[in-house]
Amino acid sequence: MDLDDLLLVVREACQSGRQLRLRGAGSKDFYGGMLAGDVLDVRAYQGIVAYEPTELYVTARCGTSLVDIESVLAEQGQMLAFEPPRFSGATLGGCVAAGLSGPRRQQAGAVRDFVLGVKLIDGTGQRLDFGGQVMKNVAGYDVSRLLAGSMGTLGLLAEVTLKVLPKAVAEETITFEMNESEAIACLNRWGGQPLPVSASFWTDGRLFLRLSGARAAVEAARRKLGGDAAVDGKNLWDSVRDQTHPAFAGPVLWRLALPSTAAPLGLEGLTAIEWGGGQRWLRSDLQAADVRAVAAKAGGHAVLYRAPESLRCLEGAFAPLSPALLALHRRLKKTFDPKGILNPGRLYAEF
Amino acid sequence: MTISDSPFLTDKAALLSRLRSVLPAHCLLADAEDLRPYECDGLTAYRELPLLVCLPENEGQVLDVLRICHSLKVPVVARGAGTGLSGGAMPHAQGVVLSLARFNKILRVDRDARLAVVQPGVRNLAVSEAAAPYGLYYAADASSQIACTLGGNVAENSGGVHCLKYGLTVHNILRLRMVSIEGEIFEIGSEAPDAPGFDILALMIGSEGMLGVVTEVTVKLVPRPELAQVVMASFDQVAQAGDAVAAIIAAGIIPAGLEMMDKPATAAVEPYVHAGYDLAAEAILLCESDGTPEEVAEEISRVTEVLTASGARDIRVSQSEAERLRFWAGRKAAFPAVGRITPDYYCMDGTIPRKRLAEMLAAIAGMEQKYGLRCANVFHAGDGNLHPLIMYDASKPGEWARAEAFGAEILELSVKLGGSITGEHCVGIEKINQMCVQYSTPELNMFHAVKAAFDESGLLNPGKAVPSLHRCAEYGRMHVHHGAVKFPELERF
Repeated sequence: MDLDDLLLVVREACQSGRQLRLRGAGSKDFYGGMLAGDVLDVRAYQGIVAYEPTELYVTARCGTSLVDIESVLAEQGQMLAFEPPRFSGATLGGCVAAGLSGPRRQQAGAVRDFVLGVKLIDGTGQRLDFGGQVMKNVAGYDVSRLLAGSMGTLGLLAEVTLKVLPKAVAEETITFEMNESEAIACLNRWGGQPLPVSASFWTDGRLFLRLSGARAAVEAARRKLGGDAAVDGKNLWDSVRDQTHPAFAGPVLWRLALPSTAAPLGLEGLTAIEWGGGQRWLRSDLQAADVRAVAAKAGGHAVLYRAPESLRCLEGAFAPLSPALLALHRRLKKTFDPKGILNPGRLYAEF
Repeated sequence: MTISDSPFLTDKAALLSRLRSVLPAHCLLADAEDLRPYECDGLTAYRELPLLVCLPENEGQVLDVLRICHSLKVPVVARGAGTGLSGGAMPHAQGVVLSLARFNKILRVDRDARLAVVQPGVRNLAVSEAAAPYGLYYAADASSQIACTLGGNVAENSGGVHCLKYGLTVHNILRLRMVSIEGEIFEIGSEAPDAPGFDILALMIGSEGMLGVVTEVTVKLVPRPELAQVVMASFDQVAQAGDAVAAIIAAGIIPAGLEMMDKPATAAVEPYVHAGYDLAAEAILLCESDGTPEEVAEEISRVTEVLTASGARDIRVSQSEAERLRFWAGRKAAFPAVGRITPDYYCMDGTIPRKRLAEMLAAIAGMEQKYGLRCANVFHAGDGNLHPLIMYDASKPGEWARAEAFGAEILELSVKLGGSITGEHCVGIEKINQMCVQYSTPELNMFHAVKAAFDESGLLNPGKAVPSLHRCAEYGRMHVHHGAVKFPELERF
C-alpha cells in the first residue's frame, strides 16, 4: 500500500459521500463514540520512514506498530517519552489520533507535546504537510498538534513525526502505604520540589512512585523520600501503561482528568490515581451526568472510557462542549472534512 | 513592508464615536503623537500608524471594542509589550491597535497546583518573580523576558535558550480565556491535564493574534533547579563543534541549554563583555546543566567526556555562579556586540536539523564571498535554531539589496535542509513571503480556512502570518539600522 492508494480511497469516498472509519489495529475500538462508516484499514501503510537519534525524531507511517517503533528506538537508548498504551498491536496513527498518554505524562508531557509534524490526508483526499522534523518551527498554525486527540475526525494521519528522548540512566520504583487523600497531598507536595518523579500510581491503599534520571539524582531522591523499594517495578509500570493492571478492568470505567490538587471526589469506585493526582479512574455505574457534574465542579472533565458502545453512544464518550466551543469544532470539522465522511460521531455525535 | 491591497476603508469619526461610548477617555488614543509609539514593534524597519489605539482595562471593554470593530469591519491588531521581532504587532493603517498593556495583574499563584493565572499584559519575568517564594518558576523564559508579556508569548509560541529541555510556550500553557472577533468568550484548556474536544489550545499558541484575543493565561510552574553550571568548550573547526552537539544528544544528555557561536561572533563579543572566550577557536559551545547538585555533577562529567572525545581544544567548567553568568554574558550580548562593529545587521531565525549545522555554516561562508558581506553566527545549537547576523552598511548603495538576497538564501537553504524559516520569532509581516517557500498552496489554503473558522471576516491582524497566494513573490527580513534594535537593553539570543 502506498500513499496514493490512501489518497485515492479518501478522494473517491469524498466524491461519493461514503463514510470511512479510519482504523489501524483496532486496539482502541472501545474508545470514543460511535463506530460508523466502512473500515479503511491502514495497517499495510507501515514502516519507519526516518529515524535520526541525534536529531531526536522518528518519522513513521500510520500503520507502524508502536512496539516496532519502540524496539528501534531502544537500540539507541531512546523512547517515546509520553509512554502511549500499546494495547494489542496499537499503531502510530491510532496512538496520535486517540491522544492517549501513559504514566510518564506527568513529567514528560502528553502525545501532543511530542508531535513535530504530520502528513495529513484531509476529508477531500488532499495531501497536506504540517510541521516538520525540527524541534522549533513557528511558521504557520500548529495544525499537527491540533490533530493529536482529534480521533481521526479531521483527517487521516498518514505519517507522523514525533520527538523522541533518551531513556533515563537510572530508574527505581518506591512504594508507600497511604490512603487516597494522603496520596493526593503527598504527590502535589513532591511535585513542587525538584525531584525526579517520572510516574505515580495509587491503587488500593498503596502509592507507587517511579524515579528516573541521573543515578545520583535517583539515589538522592530515594533517600529523601523514604518508602520501600518495590519489587518488579518495570512490570508494574508496563501494566499501568498498557492498562492490563486490574485497576483498569470492569464493564464501565471512567477516566477523570482533574487539577492534580482536586480533593477526593467522594464517588464510589475509585480504582486508581495517576499523573500526580491529575488522572483518576473510576469503576462505576453512576449516572453519566452525575459523574460529569462532579468532575466539572472539581475543575476537570470525565471520559466514559470503557463502556458498552450503546452506553457510549447514549451518553457521549466525552464531556459535552459549551455551545460556543461546539460551534467552533463544527466549523473546524467542516474546514478539514467538508463532507463529514471521516470517523463521523467518533468524537461527538454532532459531527 | 506594508500591507498592500487592503480591502478595508474605515470611517474614523464613526469608529471613534462608537468607541467613546464604551471606553473612558484615557483608554482611547487618537492623536498622531500618541499613536507614534505604536507604529512598530521590535522590528522597527516596518512601520505603520494605526487609526486608533484602545487600551481597555477589563474584559468587558475588550468585548465591546471587538464587537464594534466587527460591526464596522475594522481591522484589530492585538499588542502586548511590542517586543516581537517579526512585525506581528505592526498596526494596520485602517485599523485599531488593541493594547493589552493594562491587563497587568497576576490573578493567582497556586503553589500546590504549580500554576499561575495571569492577565496577558503581565511580563514573563514577573511570573517567575511571583512564583519565586515557592521555589517555582515559569520555564518558557523567552530571552526578552524582562519586558515581553505572556499574551505576546502565547501569540508567538516564544522559545528561548531553555526550550531543548523545558519546551516552548506551547508546552508550558495550561489554559487560555479568549475572546473572538465576534465578541464570544471561549475557555480553552483547563487546570486538568487535558480538556475535551480538539486541542484548540495548541492551535491558539503561536497563532500570531490571528484567531482571537487572549484575556487570561494559566501557566504551568515548575520547581526551580537547585544548581546550574555551564561547560564552555572551544573547537578548531566548526564541523567538530557541530558534531559535538550531536554527540552530546547521542550520549543521552538533554542539556538545559546548548548554544554555539562562531569565530566572527566571539570576535565581536569578547572586547565588549570580556567573557574569556578562546578567540583562536573557530567555534565555541556553551552547554548548561541544571538540577540537583548530584545530577549536575554527573551530567557535567559526562558532557566533559563527550566534548573531549569530540576534539575540543579547551574545556572550562564554571566554578561559581559569577563565572557561569560571565560565560553566558557574551552569548547574551551577541546582538548588541555585532551592532557595535557594523553600521547595520539583519538577524535571521531559521531552524535546521542539527546535523546540517556544519553544512549550513560552510554555505554561509560561501555566501559571504558571493555577496561581499560578513556574517556572525549565533545558534541555539541544541534545537538547530540559527540566528545569523548579516553585517552591512545601509549607506552604501547596493549593500542592503545584497544583504537582503543573502538572508533570503539562508532561509531558503534552511527549508531545503529540512528546517523552517522561523524557529521562535514567528512570521509576522517580516517573513510573510517566505511562507511560500516553506508551504505549498494546499497548506496555505488550509491555514486561511482555519483562520476563517475563528474569524470569518478576517479582521484580526489582517495580512500577517499567512500570505495570500498572489503575494508569494518576494522575501523580507529583520532589518536593524545601526544596531538600533528597539529595546537595546533587552537580551536577544
